[in-house]
Amino acid sequence: MKIIVCIKQVPAKDAPLAISGNWIKESDIGFEMNEPDRFALEEALRLKEKHGGEVIALSMGPERVKQTMKEALAKGADRGIHIADDNFFQLDPLGAAKALSAAVKSENPDLILTGLQSDDQGFGQTGVLMAAELDRPHATIIMAIEVADGKMKLKRELEAGWFQWIECPLPAVLSIQSGINKVRYATLKGIMAAKKKEIAVVTRESLGVTSEPTQRVEKIYVPTKTKKTEFLTGTPKEMAAKLVEKLKFEARVI
Amino acid sequence: MKILVITEHRQGKWNNASFETLAAAQQIASVASGTVSAVVLGKSIATFADELAAKAVTEVLAVEDELLADYTPDGYCIALKQVVESAKPDLVLFPHTYQVRDFAPKLAAMLGKGMIGDCVGYRSESGKLVFVRQMFQGKTVADVSFLGAGPWFASFQAGAFRADLVQAHASGKAPVNSIGVQLTAAQIRTKPLDLFKEAKSAVDLTQAPLIVAIGRGIKAPENIPQAEAVAKAMGAEIAASRPICDEGWLPMERQIGSSGQTVAPKLYLALGISGAIQHVVGMKGARTIVAINKDQNAPIFEIADYGVVGDIFEIMPALTEELQKAK
Repeated sequence: MKIIVCIKQVPAKDAPLAISGNWIKESDIGFEMNEPDRFALEEALRLKEKHGGEVIALSMGPERVKQTMKEALAKGADRGIHIADDNFFQLDPLGAAKALSAAVKSENPDLILTGLQSDDQGFGQTGVLMAAELDRPHATIIMAIEVADGKMKLKRELEAGWFQWIECPLPAVLSIQSGINKVRYATLKGIMAAKKKEIAVVTRESLGVTSEPTQRVEKIYVPTKTKKTEFLTGTPKEMAAKLVEKLKFEARVI
Repeated sequence: MKILVITEHRQGKWNNASFETLAAAQQIASVASGTVSAVVLGKSIATFADELAAKAVTEVLAVEDELLADYTPDGYCIALKQVVESAKPDLVLFPHTYQVRDFAPKLAAMLGKGMIGDCVGYRSESGKLVFVRQMFQGKTVADVSFLGAGPWFASFQAGAFRADLVQAHASGKAPVNSIGVQLTAAQIRTKPLDLFKEAKSAVDLTQAPLIVAIGRGIKAPENIPQAEAVAKAMGAEIAASRPICDEGWLPMERQIGSSGQTVAPKLYLALGISGAIQHVVGMKGARTIVAINKDQNAPIFEIADYGVVGDIFEIMPALTEELQKAK
């Protein structure tokens, strides 16, 4: 199976975010692989181990994105495709999906995997839109993949604890639910091997992708509080004592 | 402005978020001098259509087809594309359910349009409609506007609007109009099979009056007994945000959030939980919310009644001790 995994690089989980217009100041923060995409990558590697084939990591963004792609290669992806784009964050979901789709069209993959959503913008549309662009069947929020006889049996998560099995032909696009597997760490051997692996660089221009944005993020800001929070202060012991008193005599819930 | 609301049901039951979105549509229509119509699709949907017709809507569009009996993304996209093309709405609204995430972006793309998903609100600014959605896991909010001509597509997060605010029809019933669609079995590429629930355990968090929930801040499974000690001293059930259950540190049935349980206990104590929206939708109905987190900007504090900014590993043992004393 030839599998493409879409991997986004996002601000590190604990990065202090400073807002600048409709984005954040990128200069002072660290970046890491989008957590939901880690599960998609792991699933691709497992499918390759079971069925043979190739795993290609696909990312879009500025030069820094290569660091995250190298992590994917170190974990076992065979090669990478980097859509170099400094203004990636200004693309709307459709614009991003069009570029990603154009980059993989000539690869003709059996399967395209994405994470559920990104931890930064969180649109959660990439996989579904790539399926539309490439005219392939798709399924989202996938908790298990079984491949046999050129088609897949997929376990979809629904809400409130419900699941559903569905059948889906190949080739297809799947968005993977976080928690589907236990993600591996890169080994030292893998890190060494990654140095020899190729990352092809393309651009939206070289791919001939143009798209009119359908939406625009006007500004981002820190949410205004809807509830008045009473903050308790002091030493841990004092805060604990105050909290118990509040819960017992003010909120009367314990 | 003509607004179309796409409703959702499964196994003969409404997804109640449909009515939250209907309420949102009615509110938008009132500020943007618009009309609201509701769409229901499936097989044997007369009862659903009737129920929608009793609400303040211009009309109910009922799309009945054997091939829409079970949800498939292909079936829904092909059918709804025809509905949108014939109804010519300016705005199409959905509840932001797992099902909507699965097909709505594609439906918009098939019409060459974009979708603003997972919105928590809207604003009308000098005639321009702006949609509000969270970014960076709820640490920031974004104002997003559509560019270009409609129809525009947007979905509202569960709990963003109140279903009980849906206005009833002023004079009885709105007309129910059937819409036929061109759809063939060959166009549906995926095949839905059984719906099922994983084996249910004894714990029913929805009935627990007190819940102590842990998040990423707990750092390692060896630290969980410290949180369990707090829960025990309080007589509370232990629960967790998704990452903890993904790691297998606590069983899945202890997970609170959009993919787990929705709870509304008397007390919800969040230990080291940042408050990502997927978690918050599962617990924001709690009567009293306490958040303990080292990051004073964590979004969980936005909904907390009491907040403690500090190291949970220092506060958990102190809290256990104080709780035992207070008994």
